[in-house]
Amino acid sequence: MNYRGPYRVRADRNKPMPEIEHSSDAIVRVTRSCICGSDLHLYHGLVPDTRIGTTFGHEFIGVVEEIGDSVQNLKVGDNVLVPFNIACGKCVFCEQGLYGNCHESNPQATAVGGIFGYSHTAGGFDGGQAEYVRVPYADIGPTIIPEDMDHDDAVLLTDVVPTGYQAAEMGGIKPGDTVVVFGAGPIGIMAAKSAWLFGAGRVIVIDHIEYRLEFVKKYAQCEAYNFRSLEDPVLFIKKTTDWIGADVCIDAVGCEAAGDALQTITGRKLMLQAGSATALHWAINSVKKGGIVSIVGVYGPTGNLIPIGNVVNKGITIRANQASVKRLLPRLIEHIQAGRIDPKAIITHRIPMEEVGDAYHIFSAKLDNCIKTILIPPSARK
Amino acid sequence: MKKTAEDYRHINGWGIDSDPLDVPNYPMKRRTENDNKGMIWERPAQQPALVEVLHSNERPGISAVFGSPNPPSGLSGRLRRFAFRYSESTWTHWLALLFADRINMMEGLGDDLKRGHIPNLFAEHGGASELKYNKIGLARKLLTVGAIITVIVVVNKLRSRDDD
Repeated sequence: MNYRGPYRVRADRNKPMPEIEHSSDAIVRVTRSCICGSDLHLYHGLVPDTRIGTTFGHEFIGVVEEIGDSVQNLKVGDNVLVPFNIACGKCVFCEQGLYGNCHESNPQATAVGGIFGYSHTAGGFDGGQAEYVRVPYADIGPTIIPEDMDHDDAVLLTDVVPTGYQAAEMGGIKPGDTVVVFGAGPIGIMAAKSAWLFGAGRVIVIDHIEYRLEFVKKYAQCEAYNFRSLEDPVLFIKKTTDWIGADVCIDAVGCEAAGDALQTITGRKLMLQAGSATALHWAINSVKKGGIVSIVGVYGPTGNLIPIGNVVNKGITIRANQASVKRLLPRLIEHIQAGRIDPKAIITHRIPMEEVGDAYHIFSAKLDNCIKTILIPPSARK
Repeated sequence: MKKTAEDYRHINGWGIDSDPLDVPNYPMKRRTENDNKGMIWERPAQQPALVEVLHSNERPGISAVFGSPNPPSGLSGRLRRFAFRYSESTWTHWLALLFADRINMMEGLGDDLKRGHIPNLFAEHGGASELKYNKIGLARKLLTVGAIITVIVVVNKLRSRDDD
């Protein structure tokens, strides 16, 4: 996959094979790779320092083809799932379990750790929407896929499931809490599903894509509402929580939210702010006084229009981070094996890597009731 | 009336992670002896920098590993070098990078043509899927583009007639 500019990607057979560049590297032959909602921010040209020729893809699994001299935990032939964050395991942040905030994997920015295929702002690494990918710190992130695990489940453990789960976890949900999830994309779906595991009493999902609302209603056994049919989603949340507000609000949308013309024009069209912060705005205004807003939606590095005065006046706690995939994997594998989470049910499209232009367009334009797309490289189809 | 676990029996795993003390991976702040001491950890071996790697001026040097594809080059590269003189806290840094991205797009087009590769814009934009799943939307877009072109042509013709 080769990025050529906003809304332009193509399959490219001429990209050179990745090589071992550090003794801790592995080369992985990709067998499945997803397109993530956050890849769309790159695809739409919203992420600074996204260079032409970059290969996207931070959700992938594959087979270890080659390892560097210092790699001890993997061997050639292992089936591995590779967390989206690149973590050294040694810095003070990794030491604290903050594997999404590693300080030794991204020279270009201190505000974000290294992420596969996510621009030079996230380290400049090529990603896994390819046949082969270089995986640094191979002893730390990559995890051998349990033999009894479906590989479709495994690929969703690299980002979607941990991010959705951590969104609920950061919400500090107490038994009986009302949790509102903004966004019925893959992350929002997983956040809604995970909220029950923490004992939520009521889970409400807000979006405007009708087929996704129908899906999440069944998949996560929750309430789902189209904000286009609500006069004002914040007012609706207040009314439905006996005029108090939700205990926890989760922003699972990020910088390309619809629903507010001012945010859309200034954030997405004119790029005068780091994307459209409509969902976050609603989350802050929908949560109760003293409540918690959990943010996993992705925003750009500059700044956004949000009602920060209300955060102060309502005494809201905001928690946010990139998911710490490695920390969460043991628990999430247990949940999948026990049947509490069924990640592969969200996959709607399997598309050959060669048709990556169509795959991105289908996902971006939400055609054909698309929820989650998997790209299959030619070598994995033999 | 307050609901009990019995009310959520239909949800597999309801409340199973509700006790933070019983969830081994709950993100408690893990204080370590290295807290508050700066960058004192034993750094991983340094990846050799065989290409130009720009680094944030909010750190003393490059990280132990980094991505080596697509090093800065051309006019966009000069602009990126300029951007990295400013911290991540400044608009100058990020807007210069965004501007460099747009220049880089033109450079990419030029590189394609230099190599004799004419980009298949229809495929790169996912035209086949648009044709398959969004015929009405596509027709609407084509009509809009057609209308805009018609207006431009008509206005130009009227102007040239006025000039005559």
